[in-house]
Amino acid sequence: MDVRHMLGRRGELDRSARRERRWGSVGRLDERNRPSKALLIALVLASASLITLDYHGGQGSPMEPARRAVGEVFGPIETGASTALRPFVAVPNWFRTHDSMQREIGELEAQNARLRSDMATNSYDRNRLEEFDGLTTAATDLDYALVPARVVGLGPSQSFSRTVTIDAGSRAGIRPDMTVLNNDGLVGRVLRVTSTTATVLLIVDADSVVGGRVGQSMEVGFLHGRGVLGNDGRLDLELIDESEVPMKHDTVVTWGSEGGAPYVSGVPVGRVTSVYSSLRETSQRAVIEPFVDFGSLDLVGVVVPSGSRSDRSVIEADGSLR
Amino acid sequence: MSSFRLLIATVVVGLALVLQVSLFPHFAWQGVVPNLCLLVVVGAALTRGAQFAAVLGFVAGVLLDLAPPADHVAGRWALALVVVGYVAGRVRQDVKPTAVAVVSTVAACSFIGTSIFAITGLVLQDPVTGFGELVPVILVAVLWDVLLTPFVLPPVMAMFNRLEPERATV
Repeated sequence: MDVRHMLGRRGELDRSARRERRWGSVGRLDERNRPSKALLIALVLASASLITLDYHGGQGSPMEPARRAVGEVFGPIETGASTALRPFVAVPNWFRTHDSMQREIGELEAQNARLRSDMATNSYDRNRLEEFDGLTTAATDLDYALVPARVVGLGPSQSFSRTVTIDAGSRAGIRPDMTVLNNDGLVGRVLRVTSTTATVLLIVDADSVVGGRVGQSMEVGFLHGRGVLGNDGRLDLELIDESEVPMKHDTVVTWGSEGGAPYVSGVPVGRVTSVYSSLRETSQRAVIEPFVDFGSLDLVGVVVPSGSRSDRSVIEADGSLR
Repeated sequence: MSSFRLLIATVVVGLALVLQVSLFPHFAWQGVVPNLCLLVVVGAALTRGAQFAAVLGFVAGVLLDLAPPADHVAGRWALALVVVGYVAGRVRQDVKPTAVAVVSTVAACSFIGTSIFAITGLVLQDPVTGFGELVPVILVAVLWDVLLTPFVLPPVMAMFNRLEPERATV
């Protein structure tokens, strides 16, 4: 065997050794890294106690301050990362101009106007106007303003809950239990806020319950998220009056809660796609297809009381910017 | 030195978390995104061993549980990633981590981690989901993690090796 051949072989060996190293490590079996049992047990117990604390804590869970603290740190980072990455992920909107914000404000104004005209014209309000006591409620319900915000983070489906982060928090005047909507309809409600971000529970989450009203019949019921993952989320509507049959293609709007929290009334939610009746339970169950495309959420508005303080422009009920 | 290493590792985990929440939803399939935090923990386990990885797994899990927009019962990802760190660290002692071994470790760990998270959710009824919905999500998550392995694991493992070269094995 000549020397050059030997050298060639050496080179090959070196290359393969390097390739091994590139994957990081190590054939050596060593005892140094054998984990201490005590540490492992401590870590597992720590996780279990976190679960116990948070599970039994409910609303006043001791983990809430921790969530808030972590949120204060990660919220601005998520906002920054999302802002930095937005031009790269939005290839169709690649050529963004400096006045894109201005355009978005215009879009939101249009959305606000459309929402108001929807409320004035749809069957829900026509029915409602006939009811004298409903009239005053409708008037006060219309007195709200929108804080514009963008979705900067989406919870993974692996977590089996449907929540998003928006880039407006308590400084923008947002509090827990406020309604979040976009130009298609109801998005969800605010769960918790930090100073610069808020976490929103989407209505398609399995834990979400929204009071809904069928536009044609004025019947009220409850909309349950199915927790179905992906972009084709559906809601189940259970009517309180069990004899009532919702019509296909009926529009469902929010029923509204006292004081507008967590949901203001009259926001379009979705359309009835199919109706099931269960003989055994003698109740009607309708499947609602939401108007909002939850797969491509971006610009949303948070409903705040008119005239509330905010660190950004607020869209008032009459469409003006403040 | 150990706390410094943990600090650096935590920063890397935080970066992974932000990318996972802000960037990858744009490429997600049915909302399932690659679990970058899990990949970092596996990378730590393959270079630094089970003990360090279990601690890092706990830190990463707590961050995943608390950082917005998480809303599940806190501690579930922490538990899942502690187990992942431990399992991945143990695998290292038995198998020489060639590319194939790394990929299969990632696949196994991704399956174990997502499953533990899902099962704790079933036990705690948080949220109420059916078993039928869990399976496709877990499988897609495994696929995502394996796809991202060639891009994430080599730099992560190189970084952990460089953090403490005298302990790193070549």
